[in-house]
Amino acid sequence: MNYLDEQFRLKVGLAEMLKGGVIMDVTNAEQAVIAEKAGASAVMALERVPADIRKEGGVARMAPISKIREIMAAVSIPVMAKARIGHFLEAQVLEALKVDYVDESEVLTPADEEHHIDKRAFKTPFVCGARNLGEALRRIAEGAAMIRTKGEAGSGNIVEAVRHIRTIVKEMKQLTVLGREELVAESKKHQAPLELVQYVAEHGKLPVPNFSAGGIATPADAALVMQLGAEAVFVGSGIFKSNDPEARAKAIVKAATYFRDPEKLLEASEELGIGMFGLDIAKLPESELLQTRGW
Amino acid sequence: MRIGVLALQGDFEAHQKAVERAGAEAIEVRTAAQMDSCDGLILPGGESTTMLKLLRLEGLFDELRRFGQSKPIFGTCAGAILLAGKVLSPHQESLGLVDLTVERNAYGRQIDSRIVRIEPESGASIEGPVEAVFIRAPIIRDAGPEVNVLMRYQEQPVLVEQGRHMVATFHPELTSDPRIHQRFLATVKKALLNGK
Repeated sequence: MNYLDEQFRLKVGLAEMLKGGVIMDVTNAEQAVIAEKAGASAVMALERVPADIRKEGGVARMAPISKIREIMAAVSIPVMAKARIGHFLEAQVLEALKVDYVDESEVLTPADEEHHIDKRAFKTPFVCGARNLGEALRRIAEGAAMIRTKGEAGSGNIVEAVRHIRTIVKEMKQLTVLGREELVAESKKHQAPLELVQYVAEHGKLPVPNFSAGGIATPADAALVMQLGAEAVFVGSGIFKSNDPEARAKAIVKAATYFRDPEKLLEASEELGIGMFGLDIAKLPESELLQTRGW
Repeated sequence: MRIGVLALQGDFEAHQKAVERAGAEAIEVRTAAQMDSCDGLILPGGESTTMLKLLRLEGLFDELRRFGQSKPIFGTCAGAILLAGKVLSPHQESLGLVDLTVERNAYGRQIDSRIVRIEPESGASIEGPVEAVFIRAPIIRDAGPEVNVLMRYQEQPVLVEQGRHMVATFHPELTSDPRIHQRFLATVKKALLNGK
């Protein structure tokens, strides 16, 4: 067993620990404490939640260091932070800061339109977004230890996350029924390394945990993507852009555990206020979509 | 013989597979009824604060303590924290089924996570080195007189037994080595025979 393999096992290991849980976007220590108290399995530190980035526009970058430090000091659960796509310097700074996971995220403004970060060069694990199997496998080839659907962040609309998780699951199933000789053409089609295509064909799943993000706003949304095959969920704007963050955070945590139990999901959905305002993605101009960032 | 894996949050799937590799049936446990149908229970790795919230919310905390008063429980990492008598950094509620003082995230953050090979204690009856995967792991700072230490790392206990319960601060479920789970299965079998 070489050093790199052990590193990768440790990275995937932490992702395993986050399964069945909810990772919540927070912008300050106060929100991080609310998230932890509600049962978040990790928090994602960022400067603005995606709904605000969408509204305010401008360049979205890695969160200010003082904010991330404040959040790391406030909670005992893992703290993740976002780096711009291809911005390996932001990732190096986050590693020096000792955040537990880096999200190379399309929610921030990309720093490189051609290359993603070489994630194998880091000891800190990375999560990356994907819309389909090929994208997921390319990110894993670069060293991502966790995949999440991109969905459409900050939209409060689950439709894109559903499209992405269904696509990834369907494309994985399709590989499992093919002959070995057919996988070479699949590798070409998905623009992904043959070795990873072969892994999926054999196991019917990704070699790393497969989570969902982008548009989750209710307990039912969380349970929906989990029944479709996601192993945990990220909730961004859905919690702190609602009028009942604490209750909603707790309800989504409960939904992620009891995602197959409609009685429990009814309990979780009860007594919630008004969710965040949702956007009709079909009416968004192409230039405002976040999911098309990265390839 | 049926082993339950508490499936509120964490790496319960890895434990289920490990139990199956070690030769027993494993089920996911999210309710008191599911728990009652098991002969032994595993508290997996994950976030102990999340598990604690859900245990409280669903009224499973006291059920779990009752279960532990008559049947074996094996806790790994977050599970070790739940089983302990006292939890530090920060303090939180625990089941108090094993006489341990446990400090959370005591090695540091994820970048301080590690895989090491450990030679078990001579009286442990575990042959040869064990690969131990520590992920944001806790450290056992104090162990009571009834606690039997099976493995140590940097002088601190990392695998212990007390009566019918077993505690690991690392993750045997993340390796292909079935020995630690087999040892727990043997304890469950013994408890079943004694109960008859």
